[in-house]
Amino acid sequence: MNPGAVIAPSGKGTEAAMRRIRAAAAGAVTITLLTAATACGGGSSDGGSNASPKTLTYWASNQGASIEIDKKTLAPELAKFEKQTGIKVKLEVVPWSDLLNRILTATTSGQGPDVLNIGNTWSASLQATGALLPWDAKNFDKIGGKDRFVDSALGSTGAEGKDPAAVPLYSMAYALYYNKQMFADAGIKNPPATWDELIADGKKISKNGKWGLGAEGSNASENIHHAFVFAKQHGADFFTADGKADFTNDGVVAAVKQYVDLMAKDKIIAPGNAEYAQNQSVSDFAKGKNAMLLWQSAAANLKSQGMADDAYGIAPVPVQSGTPGTGTNVNSMVAGINLAVFKNTKNLDGATKFVKFMTSDAEQKILNGAYTSIPPVKTAQTDTAFNSPSNAVLKDTLAKSAAALPQVADESQFETAVGTAIKGLFADAAGGRAVTTASVKAALEKAQQQMPKK
Amino acid sequence: MTTTTAASAEPGERTVRKSSPGAARGPRRTGRIKRIGLPYLLLLPALVLELLVHLVPMVIGIVMSFKELTQFYIRDWGTAPWAGFDNYSVSVHFDEPVGEALLHSFFVTIGFTLLSVGLCWLIGTAAAIYMQDNFVGRGVLRALFLVPYALPVYAAVITWVFMFQHDNGLVNHVLHDQLGITDKPSFWLIGDNSFYALLTVSVWKGWPFAFLIVMAGLQNIPGELYEAAALDGAGLWQQLRRITLPSLRPVNQVLVLVLFLWTFNDFNTPFVLFGKTAPESADLISVHIYQASFVTWNFGTGSAMSVLLLLFLLVVTGVYLLLTSRGRKTADV
Repeated sequence: MNPGAVIAPSGKGTEAAMRRIRAAAAGAVTITLLTAATACGGGSSDGGSNASPKTLTYWASNQGASIEIDKKTLAPELAKFEKQTGIKVKLEVVPWSDLLNRILTATTSGQGPDVLNIGNTWSASLQATGALLPWDAKNFDKIGGKDRFVDSALGSTGAEGKDPAAVPLYSMAYALYYNKQMFADAGIKNPPATWDELIADGKKISKNGKWGLGAEGSNASENIHHAFVFAKQHGADFFTADGKADFTNDGVVAAVKQYVDLMAKDKIIAPGNAEYAQNQSVSDFAKGKNAMLLWQSAAANLKSQGMADDAYGIAPVPVQSGTPGTGTNVNSMVAGINLAVFKNTKNLDGATKFVKFMTSDAEQKILNGAYTSIPPVKTAQTDTAFNSPSNAVLKDTLAKSAAALPQVADESQFETAVGTAIKGLFADAAGGRAVTTASVKAALEKAQQQMPKK
Repeated sequence: MTTTTAASAEPGERTVRKSSPGAARGPRRTGRIKRIGLPYLLLLPALVLELLVHLVPMVIGIVMSFKELTQFYIRDWGTAPWAGFDNYSVSVHFDEPVGEALLHSFFVTIGFTLLSVGLCWLIGTAAAIYMQDNFVGRGVLRALFLVPYALPVYAAVITWVFMFQHDNGLVNHVLHDQLGITDKPSFWLIGDNSFYALLTVSVWKGWPFAFLIVMAGLQNIPGELYEAAALDGAGLWQQLRRITLPSLRPVNQVLVLVLFLWTFNDFNTPFVLFGKTAPESADLISVHIYQASFVTWNFGTGSAMSVLLLLFLLVVTGVYLLLTSRGRKTADV
């Protein structure tokens, strides 16, 4: 045999190395793959305790123009709370894109914050997980009683007949924001009160690179909020009375089509808005690219983007005919943020105190003032600060013509499935494909099939 | 490299094997056990950690796939009812919406992966071969080529998102405004074009790796081979076909496999590019599974899909390794 073989020539070295690498690669498949299959560690089922009474962790949703602004807004208030109670609050402002996932992960692992903000439409979905402390009469008593809060806000805190999963913190409603100068230039005297008027006005403005209306076509939640209101105006609902998904009834199909048609048929929304998901339409409005915007409590956001308060007007969201009201004249969802206590908290008493503090009249006035939202606490709402013309529209809408999104356990899935379907329809409209009753129905049918089976 | 290598490999292994029975004789046995045991002892901590970090989550993932893990049970997995093979049957019923969507996503991923790996390999190999000759600025170019690979994924992909934007994106500015190739600005992040957007970013990000590996492989090919071939009158193309590519074979074998697995499983690129739900034409399976579990809150189905994906990739990898190593053995003889 070849004696030289004992000293491995470089060729053999490479071969062996390759074999090793191949084995490693085979191992890597196994490893990389099941990382995808595994979510986070095991859950725990124990309730809250008072094991660490001196600290609290608070996840705040992003209410201001940026996370930094939110931290600045909340810091002095948390300092006040620490002074009053000696409890230090660790604040984390979580962006909306992450918040629901973070809450789900916390639920799964049992490791979460003590107190957290949730979008009020998620209340019933999160309630179903059992991760949030139920607000029964006893708990409500600790923060001054249930009747301190307005009814419309309480209507978005969980499934009917169950103890609320959270308490209302900030209330918001949709309104029509319009650029006064652009309206004047187009010879429009009054903001539109019906969709026909809005389309007519929009067509007057939509030329030379300017557009009538802005939209967030790729943002599932925004799509849902509008589709919900249009459905109400068509006398339709996305869920049957017993909580089953019913996305393909004629009213819903007509509603979704009417919304997407603002881009597809009426052409008063720029096609580019179909890919908007990061509030670009608010920036466009602030820059004068769009003359109108359907948004909830946009004032603080517009101000931070350099739009003067007197440059825009606020009007109720249009209806099909007549004036905003109940039934088919609903013109907004009950938008808002709820404050919840994580059931696994290690500081139950402290968490309750914190909720009491945040829903106190004084804090409600300060925080809702800063975020240009409406306090869901009755006594705070009457403050003169919330009687400005712009706030009056929001308050009026909340009181008279806003409806809560379906309070069903599948709400979150509904938002994703239908919101994504509408995103696809906007993509069709933007790409020049026809959006027909049949294509809308097909998209909604597909969304409905994705809903959990029971 | 083939014949010499094969001849030398066999006796080499035998020499090593022969030395061990000799050492086993007589009182040196305990010493031998110690000698053999020590490496395993040293390996133990790593092995335990490996089990903890990799195997345990994997097993949990597989267990999850047999449970009905929806929002009602995620807080306490123990209470989730066993679902048997329900999650699997939902995933593989291809005439039902969930299975159909999964199958669609699977085919999109296969097409995407084949194209992406092919292009990455082609561009990477071509660049590596061009960079073999010494010229002024070669080092700078090599470094420049590696930048996409070195950039953090998020930073790189988010830049592409800005470039692909419909209204203000650079891509439309060049294609539409400056070159006038399209009659109106195209959408890249929604609709059918999103497949090409995803492919572009994936190739842009992946080819430098192919370039790097092939470049390293090329260093191992002796220059004499080319000189001899040139003397025999072989042209550039023949040198490439008869010397470069065969010599790169073992390198390519691993490179293609690794690229395939990375591309097939790529989550970051589509997620940063399209967000939580990708357009249908670019609905890669990793994002699809993410959506199936996190967005619809059905972690059982998501896990079942992951396990199916794992099985598929194991089969592909196994068959690939079997075929390529058999091919190598016959070539070696």
